[in-house]
Amino acid sequence: MNRYPLWKNATVLIALVLGLLYTLPNFFGEAPAVQVASVKATHKVDARLMSQVEAALKGAAVVPQGVVLDLNSIRVRLADTDTQLKAKDAIEKTLNPVAADASYSVALNLVSDSPNWLTGIHALPMYLGLDLRGGVHFLLQVDMKGALTKRLDSIGADLRSLMRDKNIRHGGVVREGQTVAIRFRDAETRDKARAALANNQPDLQLADAQEGADFRLVATLMPQAEKRIQEFAVKQNITTLHNRINELGVAEPVIQQQGIDRIVVQLPGVQDTAKAKDILGRTATLEVRMVDDEASANMDIMEQAARGEPPPGTEYYIERGGRGLLVKKQVVLTGERLTDAQAGFDSQTQEPAVHLSLDSSGARIFKDVTRESVGKRMAILLIEKGKGEVVTAPVIRTEIGGGRVQISGRMSTVEANDVALLLRAGSLAAPMEIIEERTVGPSLGADNIDKGFNSTKWGFIAISVFMISYYLLFGVVSVLALSANLLFLVALLSLLQATLTLPGIAAIALTLGMAIDANVLINERVREELRGGNSPQASITAGYERAWATILDSNITTLIAGVALLIFGSGPVRGFAVVHCLGILTSIFSSVVVSRALINLIYGHRRKLGSVSIGQVWKPGV
Amino acid sequence: MEFFRIRKDIPFMRHALVFNIISLITFLAAVFFLATKGLHFSVEFTGGTLLEVNYSQAPDLGKIRQQLESDGFADPQVQNFGSSRDVLIRVPLAKGAESSKVGEQVMASLLKVGAGGTAPAMTPQLKRVEFVGPQVGKELAEDGALALLLVIIGIMLYLAFRFEWRFAVSAIIANLHDVVIILGFFAFFQWEFSLPVLAAVLAVLGYSVNESVVVFDRVRETFKKKRGLTTPQVLDHAITSTISRTIITHGSTQMMVTSMLIFGGAALHYFALALTIGICFGIYSSVLVASPLVMWMGVSREQFVKPKVEKQEAVV
Repeated sequence: MNRYPLWKNATVLIALVLGLLYTLPNFFGEAPAVQVASVKATHKVDARLMSQVEAALKGAAVVPQGVVLDLNSIRVRLADTDTQLKAKDAIEKTLNPVAADASYSVALNLVSDSPNWLTGIHALPMYLGLDLRGGVHFLLQVDMKGALTKRLDSIGADLRSLMRDKNIRHGGVVREGQTVAIRFRDAETRDKARAALANNQPDLQLADAQEGADFRLVATLMPQAEKRIQEFAVKQNITTLHNRINELGVAEPVIQQQGIDRIVVQLPGVQDTAKAKDILGRTATLEVRMVDDEASANMDIMEQAARGEPPPGTEYYIERGGRGLLVKKQVVLTGERLTDAQAGFDSQTQEPAVHLSLDSSGARIFKDVTRESVGKRMAILLIEKGKGEVVTAPVIRTEIGGGRVQISGRMSTVEANDVALLLRAGSLAAPMEIIEERTVGPSLGADNIDKGFNSTKWGFIAISVFMISYYLLFGVVSVLALSANLLFLVALLSLLQATLTLPGIAAIALTLGMAIDANVLINERVREELRGGNSPQASITAGYERAWATILDSNITTLIAGVALLIFGSGPVRGFAVVHCLGILTSIFSSVVVSRALINLIYGHRRKLGSVSIGQVWKPGV
Repeated sequence: MEFFRIRKDIPFMRHALVFNIISLITFLAAVFFLATKGLHFSVEFTGGTLLEVNYSQAPDLGKIRQQLESDGFADPQVQNFGSSRDVLIRVPLAKGAESSKVGEQVMASLLKVGAGGTAPAMTPQLKRVEFVGPQVGKELAEDGALALLLVIIGIMLYLAFRFEWRFAVSAIIANLHDVVIILGFFAFFQWEFSLPVLAAVLAVLGYSVNESVVVFDRVRETFKKKRGLTTPQVLDHAITSTISRTIITHGSTQMMVTSMLIFGGAALHYFALALTIGICFGIYSSVLVASPLVMWMGVSREQFVKPKVEKQEAVV
């Protein structure tokens, strides 16, 4: 009578096995590890670096328990904290021979201690939020107005040179707030200028205005262009932050865009907020300088320069290929003149290339310099913390005008992407301000985990004791269903790698407390049917069927509240809402399907069922 | 075991007026306290800096306050948090100052307190810093209000679709009255209203609508099944037959929440408190407020049992 078809039982079984599998990593705890990540975009984390790391460990007689290469870091798992420190020193020495000029960050970290086959199927422990593991959280506001003003300033310069090229006489170009205004003597010149501008500056919206005897042309940015500039500003700031934070040697930093103009930075394990803030606020610059080709070709001078005695007026740098280079101290261009850098391909040779856009004055300077130095080499340097690195040093083939510069030759697509990123990442596109900061000490984090865990544990025990003593066997089934719910919820959270916070743990507890409602509804209905004189088997069927509509209704109303929180919640509330919503979904499955499967397993096969163990069914009038 | 041995339907509706008057009085009291005392918003909403520090010995809060004031912090709040050795310091937003640096400045100030004393053991250990800029706080308040609005509209639409508009309206009125009462408690006792508390309030809203849904489900079923009962009788029957489930469910949820109150520590205290009030008033309001409201609005059997329309032959 009450039997599930095979597929339903199989579904429940598979769900339980999967749930168990993905919950498992949470029980293994964490092992000390050393994490290696690249600080410079030009240095890749790859299999070659991994063998280097392994060799370094062998050299120091450290036996790692596992070396894993993932997307952008290498993790070395170690037996204890002593070997962890030893391994860190060994790796640090090999990868960063010069401590002041580190190419890789080598950080102490914890990795999951679960077996490799679990990690292989992407079964990872839950991702703990900062309030549970300790660390710093920043919310940064990107000054969008600043980004636009910066862009409008350079557009103003572009307009000036454009009109000079076209021989259009004007009475001055001024940026007024978020617009650029140009004055003219007469309407005719203005028309001419408008035609020229419309062709050359598709991003601008032009409007006529009259002010006294002056004819004015007011240019504003098109909404799409404005949007593009702002998106670019946020993206570039994120890239810059990434590069900087890599230097801090933080394991698993989170840098994400939030909303249109905000960036969230989370640095787990970092306690020194002052240092973190300093690094976030720092600026890096790009410089274009000429290479001293003659001196660079001279072996004697180069040897001397490598010893730290370069000829006067030049500086010694190591190029990316590893060869030395003498670069003149005189700066041709700075990164402020750079408006964009994109990876692409050479239109003729189809070689990977980086396309740079310069603003108008940058373009003019570049044109002059390249005209004078065809056949010579020019170096593009990234200066940070007062130290420079030659990103690339290409040979100038022709005079380059128009502010569009292409760097190509000896580059792979990946390298082209890296260089473009690096050039863009040189400095912040727009100023940023910290509008929210949260620091949680590691002891408080561990404390929070304990508190959350204990609340859930004791609440669960209390509910279990009550349910079993009140509904007997049906109570046992309800508690098993509730455990299945907890299992599914933890498995889902681990699988999705959603961030678990203290409010999230509270949501787990609350969701369990609410989820028992479905089983109470079912059990009460079954009792009611029994009270009405139905046979046990019929009562079970009717009880589950009648309760279903109510369970669905009540869960949907709760879900509406959960979704609203998910949409509008931020920070801690979001963590709560995610768990709450997931918990409602898993609870519908576990309290109805899983518990029914269990009941069917216990009672379903008995043809003649005298009674069921659901506690005392009191009948009025008996 | 069976706790609820009810022979006859309990005549809840006979006392409907009394229940509604009690609700009205509580509601008005809550509104009064909200209006006069207002909510004690946390730093998340108001903006400002919050520091949690731990001392090895219980410090003199007055001295800390004095030092902070003499260092130019306007109106700092210093209080114990959890134990006498844990201190919570709130500094409101100051205009002009570089607000994101306040955390470090306060710590420097605290060190001076230690230096003035005799024991070097007075060095505080920083456990937590929270800084919230003014724009964030304003947004959070707006988002909170929007979330509340979305929940109300969503639930009303769903109930109107599943049941009838009368049920939707009365369920929402009953449960909003819960929300206002929770807020009233927070205003009266000046408990800190933080983001987790807001989450708890919204969760309670969804949860206690549950309650009304279960009762309404029964009302609909009874209307369909049993003929010859008056509307108050139908409501009485529906409430009586679901009362055991109502109390057991809420009791179970409350067990979990009580566990949070006991073991959850200071961080979850107000969250669990808001839930407790919500659960207690949830039982009362969804059963004893929503049902009378449905009755006043004139629910009747005809709204659920569709009269059979006889086909009429067309006359040519």
